[in-house]
Amino acid sequence: MSKIRNAIYEIHHMDTIASKDQWVNQIHPLVKFVLTIVYIATVVSYDKYDIIGLAGMMVYPLAMFILAELSFKDSLKRLRVVLPLVCVIGIFNPFFDRVPVQIGGLTINAGVISMITLMIKGVFTVLASYLLIATTSIEKLCFAFRLIHIPKILVTQILLTYRYITVLLEEVNRITQAYALRAPNQKGVHFKVWGSLTGQLLLRSMDRAGVVYESMTLRGYNGNFDYMGAKIRWRWQDILFAAVWLCIFWVFRKIPVIIVIGNLVGGLFG
Amino acid sequence: MSHIHIDVEHVSFAYEKKKEILKDICFHAGETDSIGLVGANGVGKSTLLKLLVGLDLGFTGSIRVEEVPVQKETLPQIREKIGYVFQDSDSQLFMSTAFEDIAFAPRNYGLPEAEVEHRVNAALEMTGITYLKDKQIYKMSGGEKKLVSIATILSMTPDIILMDEPSIALDPRNRRNLIRILNSFEHLKIIASHDLDMVWDTCERTILMANGEIICDGPTKEVLSNQELLEANGLELPLFMQKR
Repeated sequence: MSKIRNAIYEIHHMDTIASKDQWVNQIHPLVKFVLTIVYIATVVSYDKYDIIGLAGMMVYPLAMFILAELSFKDSLKRLRVVLPLVCVIGIFNPFFDRVPVQIGGLTINAGVISMITLMIKGVFTVLASYLLIATTSIEKLCFAFRLIHIPKILVTQILLTYRYITVLLEEVNRITQAYALRAPNQKGVHFKVWGSLTGQLLLRSMDRAGVVYESMTLRGYNGNFDYMGAKIRWRWQDILFAAVWLCIFWVFRKIPVIIVIGNLVGGLFG
Repeated sequence: MSHIHIDVEHVSFAYEKKKEILKDICFHAGETDSIGLVGANGVGKSTLLKLLVGLDLGFTGSIRVEEVPVQKETLPQIREKIGYVFQDSDSQLFMSTAFEDIAFAPRNYGLPEAEVEHRVNAALEMTGITYLKDKQIYKMSGGEKKLVSIATILSMTPDIILMDEPSIALDPRNRRNLIRILNSFEHLKIIASHDLDMVWDTCERTILMANGEIICDGPTKEVLSNQELLEANGLELPLFMQKR
């Protein structure tokens, strides 16, 4: 049962780090959102064998981790459920793509390279999304969505889904705790009560989610985040931040920076 | 001083057909009234409060807040004037910190950030929880959450306060604090509660409900000292009046 408690704690913890007073957290949410989308699009656009070019894109998550003062270890721990799934995507490539390739005198399947490339792409996109939500609160993100005219109903849906996760988890926690206290010799929940338990869970969490929404509407929530406009203003730092990163993405996409740096360093010592 | 009053005329309500939760409810609540809504479990107190802010609209009869009928189109106008405290604080609080939650309503109503901050600080001071300003909601105790819930409506500077079991989860000192807050609120307030001692201390008028109907509507001191009436409707005298 403590797993559920941990999950609830993790979500609250994400809220906490997203609302930290760091410089990166203060960057306009729309800038961070657009940068994340552009970054993901750039990462995905690399050729399936361009592993070295792709490796250069590590610069963005790396820099963001440093700027946001986030613990890389804790973040990986948090992403431990998603990352293996992402890695599994390319696992069959070595079987389908059997063209031999020479790397430093070693002959391997091209499929192995495309598998690694796919894995790296997956890891980078997950990291970028994680960094976005770790440095931007859900309200700020929803405000950014409204700025680019994503429909109100969709934005409310996103906001409520986020709020709903903890509501659902808390209900799961309560129900399973109540069950465990009256079934001390059982491991997990007996299959005979799965039906009624999930039914109860659904009804209860719908009920609670409804009350949360009522509480929001009673305090003036109407699907807009106009009030954020007063809090989040465009600053020259935002534009500069966006411009610098867009340039970096463009340069890294056009020039194999790692090879250039390698040649430069090689030239210096050669 | 606000001039906002509530008129409830022949209101009946049911979630399911033929199972009426409220039956022909009529009362007038004046601009400075303090009304205690009492009754045994399940008599419809919370439902009545919900109807007053339009959380359920499928009622018959009429509810008017300052002559504005409670209906879908008028809800934003009505809700701006009413602060509603839910029975369950966990459902009421949804932002990450106390400050963010208390600031939610003033921000939604488009107040400048300086005014928002001023209102939040004033609400925190009124409830005596300035020290909780930046605390994470999920790290709070039940009593702390209840006080933050109350602060969230005070920051709206409402003309009417509706509270559903506000003294639940409060320790004696904070309960006393709540009574002080309620007594300092000069406008209309309606408090649904089983805590008859608190109703005695905060409300001049009491509406007693049973089976979805109003059984008695009169001065608190008369209603709550009528042992026969209370016991006939599933209640008991306030604790301070009971013999040991």
